[in-house]
Amino acid sequence: MRWNRITTVTAVSAAVALSLVACGGPKATPGGGSSGGSSAKAEFNAAVGKNFNPSDKKGGTLRMAITEQWDSTDPGDTYYGLSWNLVRNYVRPLMTFKAVPGAEGAKPVPDLAEAPGVPSDNAKTWTYKLRKGVKFEDGTPVTSKDVKYAVARSLDKATLPNGPTYFNDFLLDVPKGYSVYKDKTLAGVAKAIETPDDQTIVFHLNKPFASFDYFAQLPSTAPVPQAKDTGAKYKEHPIATGPYKFGTYDSNKGFDLVRNDQYDPATDPDSGRKALPDKITIAYNVDGTDIDNRLLAGDLDVDLAGTGVQPETQAKILADPNLKAHADNVPAPRLNWTVLNSQVPPLDNVHCRKAVLYAADHEGYQRAYGGPIGGDIATNLMPPGVTGAESFDDYGFLTDKNGNVDKAKDELKQCGQPNGFAINITYRTDRAKEKAVAETLQQSLKRVGINLTTKPYPTGDYTKLYAGKPDFAKANRLGLIVYSWGADWNDGFGFLSQIVDSRVIRDTGGNTNLGIRIPEVDKLIDQAMSTTDETARNKLWVDVDKKVMEQAAALPGIWAKGLLYRPDTLANVFSNDGQNMYDYAAIGLAQK
Amino acid sequence: MLAYLIRRLIGAVVLLFIVTAVTFSIFFLVPRLGGATADDLASRYVGRSVGKEQIHQTAERLGFTDPLYVQYGRFVKGLVVGTDYNYGPSTEHCPPPCFGYSFLTQQPVWPDLVSRIPVTASLAGGAAFIWLVTGVGTGVISALRRGSVLDRSMMSVALAGVSLPIFFTGLLALSIFSYGLGWTAQGGTNPMDETNPIWWAYDLILPWTTLAFLYAAAYARLTRAGMLETMNDDYVRTARAKGLTERDVVLRHGLRSALTPILTIFGLDLGLLMGGAILTETTFSLPGIGQYAVIALRANDLPKVLGVTLVAAFFIVLANLVVDLLYAVVDPRVRIS
Repeated sequence: MRWNRITTVTAVSAAVALSLVACGGPKATPGGGSSGGSSAKAEFNAAVGKNFNPSDKKGGTLRMAITEQWDSTDPGDTYYGLSWNLVRNYVRPLMTFKAVPGAEGAKPVPDLAEAPGVPSDNAKTWTYKLRKGVKFEDGTPVTSKDVKYAVARSLDKATLPNGPTYFNDFLLDVPKGYSVYKDKTLAGVAKAIETPDDQTIVFHLNKPFASFDYFAQLPSTAPVPQAKDTGAKYKEHPIATGPYKFGTYDSNKGFDLVRNDQYDPATDPDSGRKALPDKITIAYNVDGTDIDNRLLAGDLDVDLAGTGVQPETQAKILADPNLKAHADNVPAPRLNWTVLNSQVPPLDNVHCRKAVLYAADHEGYQRAYGGPIGGDIATNLMPPGVTGAESFDDYGFLTDKNGNVDKAKDELKQCGQPNGFAINITYRTDRAKEKAVAETLQQSLKRVGINLTTKPYPTGDYTKLYAGKPDFAKANRLGLIVYSWGADWNDGFGFLSQIVDSRVIRDTGGNTNLGIRIPEVDKLIDQAMSTTDETARNKLWVDVDKKVMEQAAALPGIWAKGLLYRPDTLANVFSNDGQNMYDYAAIGLAQK
Repeated sequence: MLAYLIRRLIGAVVLLFIVTAVTFSIFFLVPRLGGATADDLASRYVGRSVGKEQIHQTAERLGFTDPLYVQYGRFVKGLVVGTDYNYGPSTEHCPPPCFGYSFLTQQPVWPDLVSRIPVTASLAGGAAFIWLVTGVGTGVISALRRGSVLDRSMMSVALAGVSLPIFFTGLLALSIFSYGLGWTAQGGTNPMDETNPIWWAYDLILPWTTLAFLYAAAYARLTRAGMLETMNDDYVRTARAKGLTERDVVLRHGLRSALTPILTIFGLDLGLLMGGAILTETTFSLPGIGQYAVIALRANDLPKVLGVTLVAAFFIVLANLVVDLLYAVVDPRVRIS
């Protein structure tokens, strides 16, 4: 009797299990409407700077996922590279980076504007003409007043705290604490932004700025209809002008983008947008390893973060030729570096700083980030992908990859510290790679008598309360500050201004300039900002880079790279110097 | 019995208020004692490169500039009568129980928690059923077949279950059954999106079994130990001497007595899991309370952390209450006392 019952239970359980498995077959297949094999032959780096599996075929659902929610989907309240890449699908700023492979993708081209900005008054006034025929998703025509409102609302950092503050810093006479929600008529920005007619917008700046087209490509210049602005909740449904509009939005799960039938490709001749998928789904809060597994299994199309696979997946990919053929080692506009804080003696002496540069093990620095896959040894600040950048190697980092002890000792003598000195090095507690950097520097600098004591601090407050707060850094003798910096955009200003201009250092903390104070550099930056000739301007930014290196104000570590995985489900996929990940305005799905 | 129940309920409410006070103090009083100003706290919730004035504006908007008792009073008031929140163009009423607004996502915390509780409840409930049935069943069989190959094999599997962390077994199971064989749902699938209960179970079968594997192992070992002890007691011998069938002896006398400590642990385990099965939800990317806790902690989003803490405390208090009441059902000695 007892065995009969057991047999019955077992049989029922098996039947249920089998039915679930049987049901599982179709459920487990990719959700994309157009999954299928790629027609191009997969090979390593096939989508780095060139188009892999080019396609104009529309259709399917592009499935993207990310480990956590980024700051905001509101174009006026976001500061993430992935977000600036993605928003081009649902809104159109005045200018945008062209969706083409390689270096061409780092040039701002007209988007909502019909031409680049026209400077006047020594680059303190910039005028843009808007294209005709551009509409919001509800069919209302876009006017210059919508652009003015969009920029004005982004100035309110109490309601929309996340975006960059370039417009706050550069627009003429913007009242402190300005908020469009208290100034419905926009009287407070009357001097800063003019809209003489529905197709013209004029920006007035408080100082010359020759690269204003880069400001004009910020997502915050994408038009927002004042009547539809819901403040902090606008991110739940930004009003679309691009080829897609918001479908569903759930702050816990993610959102969908569906086609915007009011988008007219005829009004969009320059941006290179392809809008190939019929739908784009974005899932939040998916475990990082799970994302990688799904990419490898073809159950997911894109890791939205675009910074590369997890370390364990990287090892798996590099060990398997078939998987490696689906990988791209994409250069990022990112420098992993260590700032030498000149406020902490004896690093106020240039020779002591030079001793650190000579003694450092550059190959060790590279190893800390996973070897050559993690990036190339940096010899100066600006990564080669930055428009106009020049690489130079004044200290011989590439010839003496493990450091030059003799030169380091010589510099220590000139510094008056022939036996070396003791100082602290700081890094972010939860960043294993930065910890490895601190350890490799500890070992290599010890060879010349420079003894480093590690002082890690939490990532969340690293720049706000610790390493980025000048009085704290000085009081705690944080002489070497390990950090990582990615450009806001790929030109000299976008890369350098926030990390080497001493005037951006605030006593209250939150600084990304962690202690570089060189008056000549500040002067060069002013010159570059008012130089309208692009070639001459780029040369000045190279001079800034050279001056910082001459003063040994920082130890460049590596120019970072990320290992992205490219499933067979993708078509028209490439990275460029504008996005430094797959371009989300161009990407499509391989059709059967 | 009713008076006992009322007493316990009042005690539970008082305990929850103590938890709110302690948690609130940890997040808002301790940093102040450590020298942090209102602006220091607010600086975590502003973007990059903002100035002193903007940080101060944010501190005022988030209420950090008010005295601490005012902030706590506002929080408690929100729980009881709700509160208003300025999101730019207008204000929004957050109805009670308002756990406050996320400093980062600008969303009220309570609806987020409510939307996630069914996921956690589905995970915890299903897994609890599996581990209770398999764990206790395995423990009983092992105890009755003490020293046999079956006993040793089952206890070895149980030891493996206790020893292997969920992020290992979970990822391994996902890799084999989901991405390899395609038998089960992939990570990140939300079971609450399903309208058909079979699909709901299909989405959860892997997290259930993975989580249950961990717990069943412990329950099997506990049950085995309890059964071995009770089966040697005098009253069991008496039951046998009275001529009861072996099934009645095992189930009515042996297991019933051995169940009391298991019930205590089961209540606590279930209560803890209802407050968020953090590792399981993270591994399988399930949008439950545990995943919410991780997101909140990573972002230093204090209202969210506070909300999760209170929900977790609520479920633990509730589970304890239920367990205490169930004692009387399971063990007649409790009823008599």
